[in-house]
Amino acid sequence: MLKIEHLTKVYDNGTVALKDVSFEVPDGEFLAVIGLSGSGKSTLLRCINRLIEPTEGRILWNGVDIASLSQEELRPVRRRIGMVFQHFNLVHRSKVLTNVLQGSLGYVNPVRSVFNRFPQEAIDKAFAQLERVGLEEKATSRADALSGGQQQRVGVARALMQDPEMILADEPVASLDPVLAHSIMQYLEQINQEDEVTVLCSLHFLDLVHRYADRAIALNDGVLVFEGPPQEIDDDKFREIYGKEAERVG
Amino acid sequence: MSGERRSLWRILRVPLLVVLAVVVYSYTFQEADVNLDEIRSETRQTQLVRVLRALARPEVLTYERIETPTDAALALPCGPALPAAEYGPDERQIAVEPSCAEPGAEITVTGTNFSPNARGQIYQVPSSGEIELRLEEFIADENGDFVVVVDTRERPEDVPQTIRVITREPIGSVFSPEYVEVETDDLDEDGNAIVATVRSPRISEAAYNTWDRITETVMMAFLATSVGVLVAVPFSFLAARNIMREVTTTVLRLSLQILVLPVGMVAGIIAARWMQDVSLLLTDSVGLVVGGLIVIPVAIFFAIRRAFPPIDEGLVPRGERAIRVSLAGVAAVASILVLFLLADLLTDLGAWAAPSLARLAFIANFVETLGDILAAIITVITALITTGVAIQLAGRLAAVLRQSLPGGVRKAIAVPLAGLAGGVLAAILAQGVAWLYQLNDPVTTIWIPGAVGAVIGLALAIRSLRKDDIGVGLSLYYVSRTIFNALRSIEPLIMVIVFAVWVGLGPFAGSLALATHTIAALAKLYSEQVESILPGPVEAVKASGATRLQTIAYAVLPQVIPPYISFTLYRWDINVRMSTIIGFGGGGGIGFLLQQNIRLLNYQAASVNMLAIAIVVASMDYLSARIRERIV
Ligand SMILES: Nc1ncnc2c1ncn2[C@@H]1O[C@H](COP(=O)(O)OP(=O)(O)OP(=O)(O)O)[C@@H](O)[C@H]1O
Ligand SMILES: [Mg+2]
Repeated sequence: MLKIEHLTKVYDNGTVALKDVSFEVPDGEFLAVIGLSGSGKSTLLRCINRLIEPTEGRILWNGVDIASLSQEELRPVRRRIGMVFQHFNLVHRSKVLTNVLQGSLGYVNPVRSVFNRFPQEAIDKAFAQLERVGLEEKATSRADALSGGQQQRVGVARALMQDPEMILADEPVASLDPVLAHSIMQYLEQINQEDEVTVLCSLHFLDLVHRYADRAIALNDGVLVFEGPPQEIDDDKFREIYGKEAERVG
Repeated sequence: MSGERRSLWRILRVPLLVVLAVVVYSYTFQEADVNLDEIRSETRQTQLVRVLRALARPEVLTYERIETPTDAALALPCGPALPAAEYGPDERQIAVEPSCAEPGAEITVTGTNFSPNARGQIYQVPSSGEIELRLEEFIADENGDFVVVVDTRERPEDVPQTIRVITREPIGSVFSPEYVEVETDDLDEDGNAIVATVRSPRISEAAYNTWDRITETVMMAFLATSVGVLVAVPFSFLAARNIMREVTTTVLRLSLQILVLPVGMVAGIIAARWMQDVSLLLTDSVGLVVGGLIVIPVAIFFAIRRAFPPIDEGLVPRGERAIRVSLAGVAAVASILVLFLLADLLTDLGAWAAPSLARLAFIANFVETLGDILAAIITVITALITTGVAIQLAGRLAAVLRQSLPGGVRKAIAVPLAGLAGGVLAAILAQGVAWLYQLNDPVTTIWIPGAVGAVIGLALAIRSLRKDDIGVGLSLYYVSRTIFNALRSIEPLIMVIVFAVWVGLGPFAGSLALATHTIAALAKLYSEQVESILPGPVEAVKASGATRLQTIAYAVLPQVIPPYISFTLYRWDINVRMSTIIGFGGGGGIGFLLQQNIRLLNYQAASVNMLAIAIVVASMDYLSARIRERIV
């Protein structure tokens, strides 16, 4: 269970990206995070695995406050939290297989892996993950030789490589066309349902939220303005989340 | 109001700038000693012409020459009339006009029937016939005639002197060389000069020397570049802001780490000494050394496999952890032994093989030198490693304290520790200063800096306690940036002077100077590449729980390898260029030869040197541009 308490993030330049945000995510839930551009979705997701240092508040996960951990203590926690990014964040010049193996870096011996030595189990597992996203024949291609949709599938495989208990997905489909978007979302859905992995996914399109999420939270200018099942987002709620002028599309 | 002022400025702006420019350039001219009289002076011009003509004729080939003298008499000063010289009708002949003159006066020498375009020198030979005083050179026209007006030397004699014209005509040509017998400087048993047969023309001494030195030059550049790259790569990360910004620590941790710094260093030195003693037991017999070099690394391999299991299972029981730590320690100590044995083996191997390898002896010498270098740096490596381990352990200790102590107690410990650490650090730094200025008084070299350091440490600790987040990374970043910038601003030509004092004049000093400059320059270029990588992959790798080292290896390195290669080639190019002149500062290579030739006024040889430099620089330039194109 993930429990965010009074989370606040003030950037060095004074921007308040999150203001006193509190909510809970039960294990195995698919939670959508919505809000306008600049409302703080990315900041929220990155605070959870401390890619961004929260300014105040607690992030309780399985009873441990992630916000108070030291860098060394953070490593075993991070390796159980997979992350999928809008721009895939693959290492372009590396092979697809190497990119997937990066997901095991938290588990393998830090000294050995620096010399590109991975245990055979890790390599077998990486192939298995690639197979799961249908890219096993691309294992030895360079990552930048893949299309956007394929790259994001590698991103998903990399997150799976971590044996995650939770996946943070920051607009995983925002740079993909609608068909590809659904295929990626279906992988996340499958991981959520079959492997019982908690998924926190920020999304721009409400139809995706309705189709995939169990529950949604909405941010507006760093403040939590909605928390509940997607069906509850009616026109009034919509305007509260996206502003008075906003019009519903799609 | 302000509009008026602005328009006034607009009107005056151009005249003011012109006046300013005139003043600046006047001063510049005075400082630069711009002096057209020198340019116009006739002696300067003839000198320049001579040098330029010599430079235009690089002495790549040496010709044997036939010397042919032609004499005419001359009275200095005028005395009894001289008999006219007798020549055959088609024989080459010279006439001196007038046939007598005051010493130092002008005479006209006219030559006829010389070979077309022949070159030669005109000499004045006093009556003793022992010396030839050079007067002038001449070139005959296409008919073999010449007329030259020369000044005689002021050497009055009662008897007639001789005006001698000597032509030195080259034997053979590039396409049809000839063989001639010449007397060498060596004598046989009877005291006669030994006669040798030589080819004319043949490749000149200057060309051979140039070839020797130009290879030396290229090798110097190569060595400097490789050493520079090896050192600059790790340091480039220290000088990259985006990497170092994230390296932060706490007061407690930093204080502990500073305190263990000297301990780690001393431990390393002791361990290295100790292992050297152990290695001395083995080095008496080659068999033991080789055996040790086989058995010990295998043992180390298994120890390391046991100590660093491939999968990190998180928490391990205490007993298991103790086994792993001690195995790692034993492996580390054994590695030092291996290094010593290796150094010994290399040195012996090199010394043993050198005589029997004849022309390949330089390989054996290289192996021997490698052994030497290894032996010299083992202690340093060991001290660095033990210091690193000590810092790591101190970090662990800080982490344990952090978990087990409440915040208040932790801070109460951290502040005095920070004071102590500041004191120790300042005292250590002061030792360097004391050595430089030869201070021996413990009050000034230990206690005062210690106290000052302690106060600074305390102040910093108290200041940063509230957030307890010290940016050591950024401090390291600034320190290394400063060092690199300072090193980079010293030209290698100046650095080589210091190195020449240390290791003597020659290519070694030159290589060291170039290497130092290369380290600084490449570290800066590389670190800028690290700073401009895409942050996305770094974020992704970090999110998977990777350590900092893993993040660098998997997210940073792949991104910077192409620019690193490109900058290395670029630097190689610069190093070739610089190594051609580093000899002017005492650094060996072609520059040394060039400087010598210029000093000896041997411009035709200097011209060969310059030619070689031009060819090498241009071809390296072309080559590295092509390779860079390919890679990037
Ligand atoms: N590194 C940073 N430094 C300063 N301000 C930042 C930084 N990153 C983000 N911000 C600011 O914080 C606020 C929240 O940004 P965030 O990226 O979390 O929004 P978002 O909801 O993910 O937007 P988008 O949908 O465009 O990705 C914005 O106002 C942004 O300008
Ligand atoms: Mg975002």
